Amino acid sequence: MAVPTYASPLERAWHYAYLVICGLIFFFLIAPIVVIIPLSFNAEPYFTFTDRMLEFDPDGYSMRWYDSLLTFGMQRPDAPRDLGWWADAWANAKWVNAAKNSIIIGFFSTILATALGTLAALGLSRPEMPFRRAIMAILISPMIVPLIITATGMFFFYSNPCSVLGWVGLPSNCGRLAGTYVGVILAHATLGIPFVIITVTATLVGFDQSLNRAAASLGANPRTTFFRITMPLILPGVISGALFAFVTSFDEVVAVLFIAGPDQQTIPRQMWNGIREQISPAILAVATLLVVFSIALLTTVELLRRRSERIRGVTPH
Amino acid sequence: MANALDPHAAIATVATGETDGTLRTADGKPLARALARSQTRARRRAFLLVLPLLAFIMLTFVVPIGQMLQRSFYNDGFSAHMPQLSQWFADHPRGTDPDDAAWAALAADLSAAAEARTIGIVGTRINYDVPGTRSLFTSTGRKARGGIEPPYREALLEMNDDWASPRLWSAMREASTPLTTNFYLASLDRTRNDAGEIVQVQERQRVYVMLFMRTFWLSLLITALTFILGFPIAHLLATLPMRRSNLLMILVLLPFWTSLLVRTTSWMVLLQQQGVINDILVWLGLIGNGQRLQMIYNQTGTIIAMTHILLPFMILPLYSVMRTINPSYVRAARSLGATSWTAFRRVYFPQTLPGLGAGALLVFILAVGYYITPALVGGSSGQLISNMIAMHMTDTLNWSMAAALASLLLAAVLILYWLYDRLVGIDNLKLG
Repeated sequence: MAVPTYASPLERAWHYAYLVICGLIFFFLIAPIVVIIPLSFNAEPYFTFTDRMLEFDPDGYSMRWYDSLLTFGMQRPDAPRDLGWWADAWANAKWVNAAKNSIIIGFFSTILATALGTLAALGLSRPEMPFRRAIMAILISPMIVPLIITATGMFFFYSNPCSVLGWVGLPSNCGRLAGTYVGVILAHATLGIPFVIITVTATLVGFDQSLNRAAASLGANPRTTFFRITMPLILPGVISGALFAFVTSFDEVVAVLFIAGPDQQTIPRQMWNGIREQISPAILAVATLLVVFSIALLTTVELLRRRSERIRGVTPH
Repeated sequence: MANALDPHAAIATVATGETDGTLRTADGKPLARALARSQTRARRRAFLLVLPLLAFIMLTFVVPIGQMLQRSFYNDGFSAHMPQLSQWFADHPRGTDPDDAAWAALAADLSAAAEARTIGIVGTRINYDVPGTRSLFTSTGRKARGGIEPPYREALLEMNDDWASPRLWSAMREASTPLTTNFYLASLDRTRNDAGEIVQVQERQRVYVMLFMRTFWLSLLITALTFILGFPIAHLLATLPMRRSNLLMILVLLPFWTSLLVRTTSWMVLLQQQGVINDILVWLGLIGNGQRLQMIYNQTGTIIAMTHILLPFMILPLYSVMRTINPSYVRAARSLGATSWTAFRRVYFPQTLPGLGAGALLVFILAVGYYITPALVGGSSGQLISNMIAMHMTDTLNWSMAAALASLLLAAVLILYWLYDRLVGIDNLKLG
């Protein structure tokens, strides 16, 4: 946007002031995320730039905090770094275990959320769907209801999921979901579902239903139509929804605090412990890795969005 | 699939049997009925697609919330384990002084609860209403395990003369039915006095109303700040050419995609007294080394960190609305003699209101329920109501109290959510 030719000098000045203000706000948005990256290479256990760092002295920088991510919790961290050391790190290092848990829980909850969410989005975007608005409101609500409330409810429910059966006179005790992988996966799937619904229904808004009719008129059964016609067209939306669901699970800590046991320590949970107890620059190393991870995810989603627009561009509306 | 969906397929052939004047389909069925049936089938199919997810959400989300609501007004910690005394309360109206039968029932229930090791649950339940009474129950329970000899009143009073306290008997009467409103009263800093009337708690114990007010006030402030910071950014992104605005959009989306804990950690690093911002201020000579600012572990920390975290939720809806505003309206206003300020105020700004409403409601709803950030950077003055819920869940284990506070917060959020649906529509919620 350029200043129009008829602008007065005052307006011209305001325009440049406005650009400066915008620049400052962008700085506010991005600086906190960028600043932790160099700090995570700090050779000293401080959270600020040391003089040596500012002089770009190589001795001011080190990989020690990244190294501590591997060694923290290991049985023999000082042993020579042979195969046995790596096996020890893989089995015992706390951050490695947290990463494994985060990936397992994230993977399965994403699968669950994406499968159920995509199916529901297909139904919700049909014009003849009854009670559309009300059902949509219910399905989106896990995103709106504060996590602390959801987690409180889940805490009661997951410690005895069958207590509901007691209301109708059935046996009301069948073990617990709290403290199990299944419990955390179900909880995270619940929290990820609204994101899948929102992204997939948004993709389906531009979907041309006559393509389905054309497929059917050419003799394809509903399943073939779905997998050969609908799915390839909405796939970018489905994948972005899945990525949203994965990030939700990967970043979630409140439900984990309330319903996970000691075996389900995830990365956010480990960070939470680290920040609350003894904050060390190792947290910054994790944070840096997570920022790199989110950059990768953002790039993927952006590419998918462009692809989706391109595909829809050739579809008549 | 398509055939069932398409009511026109039913009348592909012109009706043939026009004996009674009604339109019929090719196979002779009345058209109206065939159409209705095909529409019912289409509705059922659409619903069946949604059903698995609806059932899943009902089970893993709605039922847990329901259980939480139930806990906020249902607590059988006393009534289930003190049956005889609960029965006595049911038989005798409020105001009756405890007679011999009441003391006998109390003694019998106490010994039975001590035998069954449920005396702690009973004591905990009364402790919620009359703080400090849990030990009264457990210590009496230890002595009463072998049974209590009559006369019961004297025997119990000898163990601990607190048993005669009218406040205690009033609380036990309250707890003798599992349904109670006491946790809601406590959430609003109210309690019942000896006569069972609702009164405010002592001044120094009033915390919850203040916390609710603080939560709403801070959320409002954060919403306003995100608006002030988000509006120019959204406007810039919406008016720049697509290629450059996409590039700048990354600066908005990257924080949006970055882990909440990472962003909170960054602010802890930046704002602390030995942190980057204080270092820069000292280096610039704006403040002395001895007067470093306390910007974290107080309300300032909560406000700064939450504004940063919620800013993208304001920018994105504003941006998507501003993108659709036709620039010729402002040009037309200018050409008709409006100053740029008037053109902005009278022509441009009103058109951004839908996006502003959407963003403000979303930010406010999210801010009201925030837990992680205030817990980490808020100190004690930056704590919100959700931190109190977490405290009751994990530290004091007063789950009914946590449930009551959560229910009140939930009610507030649901009203806002309903408003959001009415004003903006759930369908218009967009991400990224």
